[in-house]
Amino acid sequence: MSAADIKRKEKLIQRIFLVVAFSSLFSLFLIALFIFVEGLPMIWKVGLKDFLLSTRWSPTKGHFGIFAMIVSSFWVTIGALLFGGPLGLMCSIFLVEFSSARMRAVIKPALELLAGIPSVVYGFLGVVYLVPLVRDYLGGPGLSLLTSCIILGIMILPTVISISVDSLVAVPDSYREAAFSLGATRWQTTHMVTLHAAKSGIITALVLGMGRAVGETMAVIMIAGNALKIPLSPLDPIRTLTSNIALEMGYASGLHRQALFATGIVLFFFVMALNMIATLFARRKVLK
Amino acid sequence: MSAKTVVIEARDVSLRVGEKKILERINLEIRRNEIFGIMGPAGSGKTSFLKLVNHTFRAAGMALEGALYVLGEDVLGEDVNPTPLRRKVSMVFATPVVLPMSIFENLVYGLKIQGIRDKHTLREAAERGLKAAILWEEVRDRLHKPAQKLSGGQQQRLCIARAMALSPEILLLDEPTSGLDPISTFRIEEALKELKRHHAIVLVSNNTKQIARVSDRCAFFLMGELIETGKTAQVFTVPKEKKTDDYIAGRFG
Ligand SMILES: Nc1ncnc2c1ncn2[C@@H]1O[C@H](COP(=O)(O)OP(=O)(O)O)[C@@H](O)[C@H]1O
Ligand SMILES: [Mg+2]
Repeated sequence: MSAADIKRKEKLIQRIFLVVAFSSLFSLFLIALFIFVEGLPMIWKVGLKDFLLSTRWSPTKGHFGIFAMIVSSFWVTIGALLFGGPLGLMCSIFLVEFSSARMRAVIKPALELLAGIPSVVYGFLGVVYLVPLVRDYLGGPGLSLLTSCIILGIMILPTVISISVDSLVAVPDSYREAAFSLGATRWQTTHMVTLHAAKSGIITALVLGMGRAVGETMAVIMIAGNALKIPLSPLDPIRTLTSNIALEMGYASGLHRQALFATGIVLFFFVMALNMIATLFARRKVLK
Repeated sequence: MSAKTVVIEARDVSLRVGEKKILERINLEIRRNEIFGIMGPAGSGKTSFLKLVNHTFRAAGMALEGALYVLGEDVLGEDVNPTPLRRKVSMVFATPVVLPMSIFENLVYGLKIQGIRDKHTLREAAERGLKAAILWEEVRDRLHKPAQKLSGGQQQRLCIARAMALSPEILLLDEPTSGLDPISTFRIEEALKELKRHHAIVLVSNNTKQIARVSDRCAFFLMGELIETGKTAQVFTVPKEKKTDDYIAGRFG
């Protein structure tokens, strides 16, 4: 092959990859476009205020208020963070700072397996074990905000752990050595130096975990109870934005169907906002 | 302890990690009130030697031989308690690592984790450290500003000050000026010359001119071996080994 041939081949390969890269971007664009085209007219018709801020959702009577679901999705995300965040963070600290290479070799693949378990299995375990537990010991129907938060807290662990482990590993050993050489113990070094240095990565991990929680559907449908009202206690049943779409899309038509797409728009903004926050923090790490 | 007391004594110190020999039968003595320079190309084991001295070298499958006496205690053993050792033997690194807190908090961090809370003691230690590192005049009126706002040269002197606030017996410096401009380098060298009046200082540098400028005695490391050690004036004028001569003349590599 001549040099010119090789160059031409390089060019071709480059083009192919460019097309592939753009096709993924393009499909994201198409999805967004589709959701907006399907959903926006409905918002236009009902009015943004009645759609976002009303709690009345009865499609057969022409009421399409999703406020209760927004509140539910919000709480379930915060709750998942409260359970999964500290647990995931402590797990990452243990893995990076306190465990031996051999132990890491066992624990890390196990955590990755956790990410591979289908969400319906989490939902099933929740229904069979956690729901009765909550019902018997704490009261209420068991199918509740609290139950969802616990299960989601476990489901976001792989996300939280893998990203915060990466950011802890990325802290230069020179920081740890500096603290050691001032006579700090391992734990003093971890909480006064390492965590501080890995802060932006850890926040990114938590925010992406929230993104995962807000988007989860199947498990939540199975354990949340799906009631259409604003939860007043953690033991109340809830219906999230994602559950609403999944539960009703089978029979929705006309304006109702459009309203589900419009719910999708709201979710789209939710997730986009979270991802933007995560990117912002991730970028700050790079700049430092 | 009187002047010229030996504070670090290496006897046939060898360090291996797996199959790789990092240090090979190192023999040397470092005394109080001197600046002991260690020079050598990258990868010759200088940092590893310093880390052995304050017991921070860690690697899976590492094997040690010989004896390394630091302030009279052999620190190569398994049962050495590193924390008190590191309070007596402070280390400053190539990249200044200021902790994400105020200048003052940086200075007293080492004391605070020892449980010292008395404000007066802390203030005094901070001032002593800053003066030792010739940084006091520059930062005295902004001690409570974030340390990361300081310039690179100031940050490195803060690291020295922070080490000195602990009143260590020995100060280990691993290429402390490698990332700094000539003026900051000069200030740090001046500070070191002051410090040797009360301490033992080990200065690792891959800048031979710096070793010639500030050290009293020095050693030349090459691929884990100690090629030559002696009075700096002698090593730089009439080296015993051809390798040393080549390295100093820049005929290496
Ligand atoms: N923790 C470690 N595990 C394995 N090899 C190491 C470790 N630390 C240093 N080395 C190796 O030891 C040699 C000497 O390194 P170092 O002491 O950093 O040299 P210098 O400071 O003179 O540049 C290098 O080849 C390096 O790769
Ligand atoms: Mg080095």
